[in-house]
Amino acid sequence: MLRNDTPITPELVAEHGLKADEYDRIVKLIGRAPSLTELGIFSAMWNEHCSYKSSKVHLRGLPTKAPWVIQGPGENAGVIDIGDGLACVFKMESHNHPSYIEPYQGAATGVGGILRDVFTMGARPIACLNALSFGAPEHPKTRHLVAGVVAGIGGYGNSFGVPTVAGSVRFHSRYDGNCLVNAMAVGIARTDQIFYAAASGVGMPIVYLGSKTGRDGIHGATMASAEFGANAEEKRPTVQVGDPFSEKLLLEACLEIMAKGCVIAIQDMGAAGLTSSATEMGAKGELGVTLDLDKVPCREEGMTAYEMMLSESQERMLMVLKPEKEKEAEAIFRKWGLDFAVVGETTPSKRFIVKHRGEVMADLPITELGSEAPEYKRPFVTGIKLAEVDAANVTPPHATPEALELLLATPDLCSKRWVWEQYDHVIGGNTVQRPGGDAAVVRVEEGPKALALTTDVTPRYCEADPFEGGKQAVAECWRNLTAVGARPLAITDNLNFGNPEKPDIMGQFVGCVRGIAEACKALDFPVVSGNVSLYNETHGRAILPTPSIGGVGLLDNFEQSASIAFKHEGEAILVVGETTGWLGQSMYLRELCAREEGAPPPVDLTEERENGEFVRSLILDGTASAVHDVSDGGLLVAIAEMAMASHIGAALDAAPDDTPAHAFWFGEDQARYVVTVPAAKVDAVLERGRAASVPVWRLGVTGGKALSVAGERPLAVAGLRGTFEAWLPAYMAGEVTNA
Amino acid sequence: MKAAVLVFPGINRERDMARTLRLVSGTAPAMVWHAETELPKGTDLVVVPGGFSYGDYLRCGAIAARSPIMTAVHDFAERGGLVLGVCNGFQILCEAGLLPGVLMRNSQLKFICRDVYLRVERSDTPFTRGYNAGQVIKVPVAHGEGNYIADGETVARLEGDGRVIFRYSSPDGMIDPNWNHNGAMNAIAGILNARGNVLGMMPHPENHVEASIGSTDGRGLFAGLVDHLAKAA
Repeated sequence: MLRNDTPITPELVAEHGLKADEYDRIVKLIGRAPSLTELGIFSAMWNEHCSYKSSKVHLRGLPTKAPWVIQGPGENAGVIDIGDGLACVFKMESHNHPSYIEPYQGAATGVGGILRDVFTMGARPIACLNALSFGAPEHPKTRHLVAGVVAGIGGYGNSFGVPTVAGSVRFHSRYDGNCLVNAMAVGIARTDQIFYAAASGVGMPIVYLGSKTGRDGIHGATMASAEFGANAEEKRPTVQVGDPFSEKLLLEACLEIMAKGCVIAIQDMGAAGLTSSATEMGAKGELGVTLDLDKVPCREEGMTAYEMMLSESQERMLMVLKPEKEKEAEAIFRKWGLDFAVVGETTPSKRFIVKHRGEVMADLPITELGSEAPEYKRPFVTGIKLAEVDAANVTPPHATPEALELLLATPDLCSKRWVWEQYDHVIGGNTVQRPGGDAAVVRVEEGPKALALTTDVTPRYCEADPFEGGKQAVAECWRNLTAVGARPLAITDNLNFGNPEKPDIMGQFVGCVRGIAEACKALDFPVVSGNVSLYNETHGRAILPTPSIGGVGLLDNFEQSASIAFKHEGEAILVVGETTGWLGQSMYLRELCAREEGAPPPVDLTEERENGEFVRSLILDGTASAVHDVSDGGLLVAIAEMAMASHIGAALDAAPDDTPAHAFWFGEDQARYVVTVPAAKVDAVLERGRAASVPVWRLGVTGGKALSVAGERPLAVAGLRGTFEAWLPAYMAGEVTNA
Repeated sequence: MKAAVLVFPGINRERDMARTLRLVSGTAPAMVWHAETELPKGTDLVVVPGGFSYGDYLRCGAIAARSPIMTAVHDFAERGGLVLGVCNGFQILCEAGLLPGVLMRNSQLKFICRDVYLRVERSDTPFTRGYNAGQVIKVPVAHGEGNYIADGETVARLEGDGRVIFRYSSPDGMIDPNWNHNGAMNAIAGILNARGNVLGMMPHPENHVEASIGSTDGRGLFAGLVDHLAKAA
């Protein structure tokens, strides 16, 4: 192990992921060469993951305010007011790099980290969600990654005791070398019991809580800020190991001492562990912090200051406690069998001082450590707009019924039951709508309020047109919340991209963020928390741009929520929103015509809002019996999903004369919903649509055991269901090889 | 009803259980910490809830079964007190020797959360008087290790004594391997001890007690217990 006074060579600087000019900036800032521990601290604070140095300048364009926003980005999680003295605390975060290297632990600790972000703020977690992207099914690593990531998410969340209620899973060869694991946690707190990171008061004890510090995860955040080369597997030691049992104890202990009024400030030790938590508490409180590492509970003998400051051991917290409550807090932690140690204190100096064995190992300006991190205006280029695909030039390779059957058996559109059945989605006794619908609905405490929750993004749209794709991700999230009857309140964004030092990748980032900002503004749907994951590249090949959007909506009464399943026979099936037959970038074009082409469907945010408000009014006044948003796969896939969820069939009219049938049924025009209403109410609903200038078309009627389009072969719903459910279990069992 | 819900480190369905007991009986149960050595005075039902006590490390339920409170639970059961163990609670009762057999990894080696159908084999127990014999109820399971196994002699005795109380079945009550998600012997989902006062089951009736949250099929178990205890008092 290197000594603290090791000379800092250019090689050592590079190994720490710092560029030469960044190192010069450090020397200029502190007026001397850093010690080894100090270099480690800078590498932890100034990497992309922690400093947002490439993204910050663009993130400032996101709308983050609304009357119901209590806390926007910058804290452990975002906080919104949901009335009755309650707040919803939520955030989504990536654990992409570790999950690719070690899928079970990578995904598990991703869940653990995001749960900690939520309960650090005083909230009891009530739901988890995720958004997963994997490589092509035929890639040799994909099955292993799917199995490990799903088991890891389940292994952590199930044991911790939070329901995992919704998510998304996609496959594409562009994720072959970098899978994406984005985990979201949602909690409930009292608005007068929300806890923040800012320390206050000089000479206050800084307390270390939770599990012991080990040598795991050292340089985790630095690893997550670089591309993978041929040696990704060699980075396994940078992946942390999760212990959901300890986290559950930490949750209960933290909530208990918060309720007893012991806590002044609290910060979880996530990326960059002790370093980032301690400096954040000090910097936000405009105070200095002195740490005595001899007091840190360690799992192993002989750990150096460098190792302790960079360890990413899980299930740890740092707090500033009220001195008079220290004994009470300690007793609570001991009861739960957790470590409790006073490891430092706040000082008036605004210095971050780390002592170990009587020696000062680091002495740095605490504010500048964060505020002086490099900030880049990286050059970017905007791709050319792709031409629209004319449906008339797409020869349908299959008749409509066959096309539907084939689409329902594709990796992206098939049932994800194999995944979500490995997640406990009913614990808590509040899951009103389980996975498989447009959004999960989770009752808040004893009700009647409920939260609607979803994660969304369509990466192929973002690739084709970052701006429209960014808009679409937000719009679809908003639409999914609306489709269950909720009023969308706010989002968390998890922005996954390739190497920002490449102008075209930076262009994707900038375009998507601008699109997100535009949609959030138009829909009054602010961003309250988020995470940026860059360098998702292997051998120079980047992932599809994937800005995952996690949305939260509110229902005043959970009993009013709408679901996708047809409810009765003989009801009218309506589509709300305009169907032009947009095939560009559709699943149909990609999966059945092997063409990943064209401009993606444009999103008209005014239409989006008007159509959504119309549908929500139909749900809340009890007119709509079933509702489903129309997204991947288009109208007929949406209707098939409604039939399969209910075992009730449908008889549909033929496509209108002015639109080719395949474009009508499988096009992916935005701002659309399929809605069923009792036959007696159809005329009134059509009239309401006209009055509100919202296009509403009648498509057919529910009933029978088959789904049929006039003039085409009817498809038994039971058979469709078999097709829909078969692919993923067969693939995971190794029975599908060609995929 | 004066119920006591045991709380071990890592247990996570104790709140679900407490809410259900309160909803059905009208009275909140006592929450009893594992380090206690006595049950609250007048306890007439002990519930060992689900979760991952001690992280399921070592073996599911093995560490919790040796907690201080379990001595009191043994005494309580010996005096004829009613004990209900659900999921991890069932595993703990097996590890504590209050019920025979063991819960192994699910046959598919995966955690499974889904609604399953249970055939209620008897209605003449304090736990099932809210149901009819042969009735099929739909309740969720959420476990990775629910595959009930015991030696041949033990299973023969359980069957012979009519102590298999719940079996995984099809929606119309047929016993069929396709409806036995974890591979349990004889599709066993819940069993009774010899005296008939200790029930262990893998599924979660406490999560199906409201029409808008799943179904009310689990309610019968708790309503039956309330009824039984009211009559016994």
